[in-house]
Amino acid sequence: MYRETSILNDSSPVSPAGDDGAGNITINVGPQHPATHGVLHLVITLNGETIKKVEPHLGYIHRSIEKMCESLTYRQFIYVTSRMDYLSSHINNHACALCVEKGLQVEVPPRAQVIRVLMDELTRIASHELWWGAMAMDLGAFTPFFHAFRERESINDIMEETCGARLTMNYMVPGGVMQDLHPDFQKRVKEFLHLYKRKIHEYDELITGNIIFQNRMKGIGYLSPEDAISYGCSGPVARGSGVSSDIRKIYPYEIYNKLEFDEVLETAGDSFARYMIRLREMQQSIRIIEQLIDNIPDGDFQAKTKAVLKLPKGEFYQRVETARGELGVYIVSEGGTTPYRIKFRSPGFSNLSVLDHIARGSKLGDLVAMMGTLDLVIPDIDR
Amino acid sequence: MWSFSHIANELHEWLSSIFNPTWTLVIEMVLAGVAVIGLFAALGLVLVLMERRVAAWIQIRLGPNRVGPQGLLQSLADTLKLIVKEGLTPSGADKLLFNVAPFIAMIVAMLLMAPIAFAKDFQLWDMNIGVLYVSAVSSIMVISILMAGWSSNNKYSLMGAMRSGAQIVSYELSAGLSILTIVVLTGSLQVSDIIHAQATGWWIFKGHLPVWIAFVTFIIAVTAETNRAPFDLAEAESELTAGFHTEYSGMKFALFFLAEYINVFIVCAIGATLFLGGWMPFHIGNWTQFNHVMDYIPSSIWFFGKTFFLIFLIMWFRWTFPRLRIDQLLNLEWKYLLPISMINLLLATAMAILGWHF
Repeated sequence: MYRETSILNDSSPVSPAGDDGAGNITINVGPQHPATHGVLHLVITLNGETIKKVEPHLGYIHRSIEKMCESLTYRQFIYVTSRMDYLSSHINNHACALCVEKGLQVEVPPRAQVIRVLMDELTRIASHELWWGAMAMDLGAFTPFFHAFRERESINDIMEETCGARLTMNYMVPGGVMQDLHPDFQKRVKEFLHLYKRKIHEYDELITGNIIFQNRMKGIGYLSPEDAISYGCSGPVARGSGVSSDIRKIYPYEIYNKLEFDEVLETAGDSFARYMIRLREMQQSIRIIEQLIDNIPDGDFQAKTKAVLKLPKGEFYQRVETARGELGVYIVSEGGTTPYRIKFRSPGFSNLSVLDHIARGSKLGDLVAMMGTLDLVIPDIDR
Repeated sequence: MWSFSHIANELHEWLSSIFNPTWTLVIEMVLAGVAVIGLFAALGLVLVLMERRVAAWIQIRLGPNRVGPQGLLQSLADTLKLIVKEGLTPSGADKLLFNVAPFIAMIVAMLLMAPIAFAKDFQLWDMNIGVLYVSAVSSIMVISILMAGWSSNNKYSLMGAMRSGAQIVSYELSAGLSILTIVVLTGSLQVSDIIHAQATGWWIFKGHLPVWIAFVTFIIAVTAETNRAPFDLAEAESELTAGFHTEYSGMKFALFFLAEYINVFIVCAIGATLFLGGWMPFHIGNWTQFNHVMDYIPSSIWFFGKTFFLIFLIMWFRWTFPRLRIDQLLNLEWKYLLPISMINLLLATAMAILGWHF
């Protein structure tokens, strides 16, 4: 992936002929740059302000999570996955727990299933809140970030009470959840729902309805449904192009098939469609939480499992819908206490790969906006 | 009514009684220069703190509140940090241009102080082409930005500077045309004449539609001219890290930073002078009692009150709006603002000839 010539110094002299003799200049956005949230490195070829080519370079935050998992037991490796997509760590843990349960043939108690779904949806809202603020920041509006964090904080407080952590929760374990809900959980979630409904109109007033914002988003970064499929996009990026890809609907896990919620679809395929998808998805998550919060069944929060887990020889695959799209966990077991091989299919990697395709020909300012709507979390792309 | 002019007159008489006229002039010039530098420092500290407090208020947080009472000394501490910091010059940079650019930005801001009337009869230089002088001198600002961007030898800086060049040159037109609207109505370029013309009512009240349009155009154009969000493409943090001043550090950066705030103050002062009557108190027709009470408020408070209201408006823009794209920015000027200002100027001219204003 690396080419020596493309790693140019931004401080190298600029000649009228550009860096390639044809008037194009190459600039590095990242690995340390305010536009990339994390350590993504984009080598951008520009002609004036117009983008000719975008080359993402990965590897700055590679921690060999997949390799590390091979030497960890089936209980231990879940904790490492919180560090992949750190904004939806519950959902990562959930995917791994589900995959191990599939191998063990364990039945998860109904209470644990409801708790898991509640946590997933709270995580999804928290993740979309952060995305909303960060994307507005990419567009040069700083204030939305603080407004989004006001709501996100109350979700983090709920997580802190029940799971003991605010970011890397490590709450889902094979067979259920690690400990029971905090006694105040229902009260706090209802408070959050109240706060969210009281404040959500500010999002539209501040950003969605803003004429500058709409001009920056509408018709920009068009991704056709065919391209979305061929690049393997998933989650809001694919659904913004009208590709139905909600794993919760197509391959329901836990109790999602018993819940009432809609798969949000937009057909425009531009940045604004991807933006609206996430805003509307938050409403659907609220709907799911409202259905479940008063109906948490009594019973165990964890199924009885052996102290040392051993998966039977074979291959197991489980996919879930994270806030960014489809996360697949693929475990190859030789029958021992540790997996022989683990592979994660992360949504961010595929979504990043369309960046070059949708950004060509647009202006530098729009590249930042497009990256915002792809909702990239770099440690998820670069495991 | 007390005013600064008494102090100035007494000082002048006292100096004249001691020195001959030439030396009096020289000493007065030096005093004025020192006063401008002092005002610069004070304004820089106040405006930076104000910006941070306004931002914090909009963003539901507290803002600086640790250094000094209520965080009032925060800007002072920041200045101290910037003075102590090393002013790096990159090895590939054009050393002369790189080091001169921030000073040009500063000098331009200082020159712009000359024709501003801070209070009744309190003005450094009431020249007969006051408003034209402001338009002319403020255009020099772009040279310092282009110099900084080019000499840094950094691609981000270069792009920021080129953006800024396109932007300032474009928006100069609208700002100039909206200033002309008032010049047409007043019939003079002199700042004191413009203010005295508003003794019976500020232009924003007695100028009808053309002046309102000119006022809105002026505010948009000067926001763009001073590179403030939503038109901060020259700095565009999320795209170009820091735009034209990416390579600057320490006091050289601080000079750019200070020049930006002083420019905001100056354009707002010009806006307040042209549209809101400068130091003229608020009068309503023949409410003699009310007008009398208004006259008791010192003229400097009127001037700074109006100016800081406009500054607050510009800060409010910055913390609310997303940034425009470069082509949208230029479209806004050339396709909308410029034609509107031109037609508006014709309207204002017709109004002035027919005497439709109050």
